[in-house]
Amino acid sequence: MNSRERILGRVRRALADVPPDERPYAEAVARDYLREHGKRTVEETVDLLAENLADYRAVVHRTGARDLPDLIAGLLAARGSREVLVPPGLPPQWLAATNLERIEDRPGDTPQRLDRVGSVVTGCAVAIAETGTLVLDGSPGQGRRRISLIPDHHICVVRVPAQVVASVPQALERLAPTHPLTWISGPSATSDIELDRVEGVHGPRTLEVILLDD
Amino acid sequence: MSSTFVGMPAFPEAARAAVDDPTLRGNLRHATHTIRAKRAAAVAELADWGGLREAGRRIKDHTLRHLDRYLERLEASVTAAGGTVHWAADADEANRIVAELVKETGESEVVKVKSMATQEIGLNEALEAEGIRAYETDLAELIVQLGKDRPSHILVPAIHRNRGEIRDIFTHEMAAWGRPAPGDLTDTPADLAEAARLHLREKFLRARVGVSGANFMVAETGTLVVVESEGNGRMCLTLPETLISVVGIEKIVPTWRDLEVFLQTLPRSSTAERMNPYTSMWTGTTDEDGPRAFHLVLLDNGRTDALADQVGRQALRCIRCSACLNVCPVYERAGGHAYGSVYPGPIGAILTPQLRGTASEIDASLPYASSLCGACYEVCPVAIDIPEVLVHLRERVVEGGPAVRRGNKVVLRPARGHAAERAAMRAAAWAFGHPGALRTGQRLASRSRRLHPRTLPGPGRAWSGTRDLPTLPPEPFRDWWQRTRGGKDAK
Repeated sequence: MNSRERILGRVRRALADVPPDERPYAEAVARDYLREHGKRTVEETVDLLAENLADYRAVVHRTGARDLPDLIAGLLAARGSREVLVPPGLPPQWLAATNLERIEDRPGDTPQRLDRVGSVVTGCAVAIAETGTLVLDGSPGQGRRRISLIPDHHICVVRVPAQVVASVPQALERLAPTHPLTWISGPSATSDIELDRVEGVHGPRTLEVILLDD
Repeated sequence: MSSTFVGMPAFPEAARAAVDDPTLRGNLRHATHTIRAKRAAAVAELADWGGLREAGRRIKDHTLRHLDRYLERLEASVTAAGGTVHWAADADEANRIVAELVKETGESEVVKVKSMATQEIGLNEALEAEGIRAYETDLAELIVQLGKDRPSHILVPAIHRNRGEIRDIFTHEMAAWGRPAPGDLTDTPADLAEAARLHLREKFLRARVGVSGANFMVAETGTLVVVESEGNGRMCLTLPETLISVVGIEKIVPTWRDLEVFLQTLPRSSTAERMNPYTSMWTGTTDEDGPRAFHLVLLDNGRTDALADQVGRQALRCIRCSACLNVCPVYERAGGHAYGSVYPGPIGAILTPQLRGTASEIDASLPYASSLCGACYEVCPVAIDIPEVLVHLRERVVEGGPAVRRGNKVVLRPARGHAAERAAMRAAAWAFGHPGALRTGQRLASRSRRLHPRTLPGPGRAWSGTRDLPTLPPEPFRDWWQRTRGGKDAK
């Protein structure tokens, strides 16, 4: 008998007390928790997102489409990075005002190569206001998981209000499990030393979020 | 479980040393009280906490009660998504599978995400014996590994160390494992974190094999979820070419939607945050994003034995948030090491004796490592009735009885060392069944009260060594009642 059969056999013997006609899953789990915490207008939800992002030490900016290229160029210049990493589907006009060298996200590039790039600009799939969370799903405007991880400075653009939801349940409804997903709430952080929070252990130490009014 | 703990003394003995260490007690008290207050605030933000807790309990209970079905479903989903599923009945088998998979890649080192399951099976030591070096990449796990120490908390494994101790460990030990610590390293947390970043980054960038656990596995989709803060998880889960995840069979949830419950309750219960900084979800393999090979090792290692216990199986609902540790008055004073297991605190006191059995002295003592105050049950986000299971396991230790070990039904004998307790309980049962004898005994005890010793002789000495014996009243209650008719007649 292989281990698969052994373990499944043990599970079945262990559950001999469970009646075969037990309530099915859909009935067994009451979903009487909230889909959203509190009543808010769309504008208030976006404000809450900004507030919670900032509370976790992300730097939040708001702008319209016309001023976006200048804002991104300014943030990159202030950072002093020589190169910027870009996913293949990033709208070209976002970077129209910067003359930094663009490094395309190519599968052949080694992690060591990406480690020399100072900044990365991505979009996102959805942002969650109640928790201050950005979710990236690997779509063309966001790129591979590693590009938002290795550079020390991440600029993430969120289209508001289209990409903003209030809560975790609402976010999951919008996401496809077949995509690799990265949920980001503030910059990398640790509380392992005397529970003092320190930003930036292994991921980007600076997270800048641009709320782009559509 | 991990061989590291073989030969541990029983809990009361191990706890004595911890209670006598003022630095340790100070570190633990600071940490548990800080996180306890933060957690209460984070939970208070959600008006439906009770509903989420109940949903979490029911999802996990339902899954456990039909675990065979969900395991098969998960295996099919992971396989369809391009992953390979392996089954490991015990620690040795899991370690063997992982070592073989690493050897097939031709590599001799792996980077690891913090994982309770791999600690439980002693994977690092097993890989070392096969010539494979495993690097822990969580900051706290790094501190523990460099310090040749053991974790003492589920969530913050180096909670027993303060910043000065950590600086000394980094200064003295980092060079033997890779990039040395900077010569002028201070003890500020930011500097210590920076030293860890530089030390570990060179490992992440060259690693070709990653090893992880998982917080959740979704049967419906084959998705695995890892919740973390530092980004070391993301590094290990996305940069290597091969990813091997070792996960206990109880970590399944049926559907994608179930994550909406646990992604709300886990971060708030564990780190007291609205959401942890990073959560990674992957389903099999994805072309050119992340590892090209994904192996899932499903681990039993005593879990099916716990499942067979109708009272104790609820311990398998645990999502490893560690909220119960931070509220436990016993954990706060005795520390994590005294439990002699990778799962310390209240959850460890019920999980470990079920996974390992109660044959050893330390395992038989764990159900007693509690004051039964119930705070652990109150904070548990999946409503595990820890006091109920503790009492159940105490009965098993004292009385023995039917249980399942390694899949076989056995009848346990009472654990050694509990003869005096059993004799006392039997005597009490006899006396309560014989009112005349009870009355005589009570009168005798009251009249001789001036002669009672302050400590018990013989086997009771240990008990009375840490407690005051109750003083007896001048007359038994029943005599007082007869004399005064419940106080109606004046004294």
